[in-house]
Amino acid sequence: MQLNTKHFGTVEIEESGIITFGEGLPGFEKSKKFVLLASGDESSPFKWLQSVDDPQLAFALVDPFVIKKDYEVNITDEVIQAVGIEKAEDVIIYSVVVVPENISQMSMNLRAPLVINLKNKKGIQVVLDSDRYSVRHYILEELHRQEVTVNACPNKEEGTVYCNK
Amino acid sequence: MLVLTRKKEQSIVINDNIEVTILDIQGDQVRIGINAPKSVSIYRKELVQEIREENKKAAEVKTVPLQDILKEGSINKEK
Repeated sequence: MQLNTKHFGTVEIEESGIITFGEGLPGFEKSKKFVLLASGDESSPFKWLQSVDDPQLAFALVDPFVIKKDYEVNITDEVIQAVGIEKAEDVIIYSVVVVPENISQMSMNLRAPLVINLKNKKGIQVVLDSDRYSVRHYILEELHRQEVTVNACPNKEEGTVYCNK
Repeated sequence: MLVLTRKKEQSIVINDNIEVTILDIQGDQVRIGINAPKSVSIYRKELVQEIREENKKAAEVKTVPLQDILKEGSINKEK
């Protein structure tokens, strides 16, 4: 079917690729059907979640584990049940990205990740119980932090040097 | 909205399987304990509001080439 999208003009999508968010997303409860669109090449951690119900609605997503390597998401039994997860390999996790006017302030929502079961094409935005992560985690700051950590530990392999993280 | 008045240590039962207890009252702060099945999600209202707001901001994102955005963002930062 054809979609007249906000960012990509008219796009041809497969019905089989449609992901259903049973409850929509907080703030967008009426939008339940989405498709994942690539952003540039396969190596990019970014994707677009394009609404099928509302062609003018699209969310920029990022693979949070690429940006924050130690990010942890605890998938509870409730989530497993909600999207019918059978195998861990069927699950993909994305964070919703906010890109403000000042692009350097772009952030990702680590507190409420999107959990998608690629096998049955069901998705849900999960609010993590722990307050360890923020709704607005600044991406460039995180990347810079990781760079600094790596550069501060040139002799990490030797195991005798402790570095400030 | 159903409005009830409770004293410290009194409770309210919802749906037969959710119990809300007033544990303590100190000045303008009330300590509330909730017993509910794990399947029932419970959050401070501000958090739910925050997530809705953040999603709304995310939906306003302009058409940007996401794959280049990390580089572009870095350049802006250095300016």
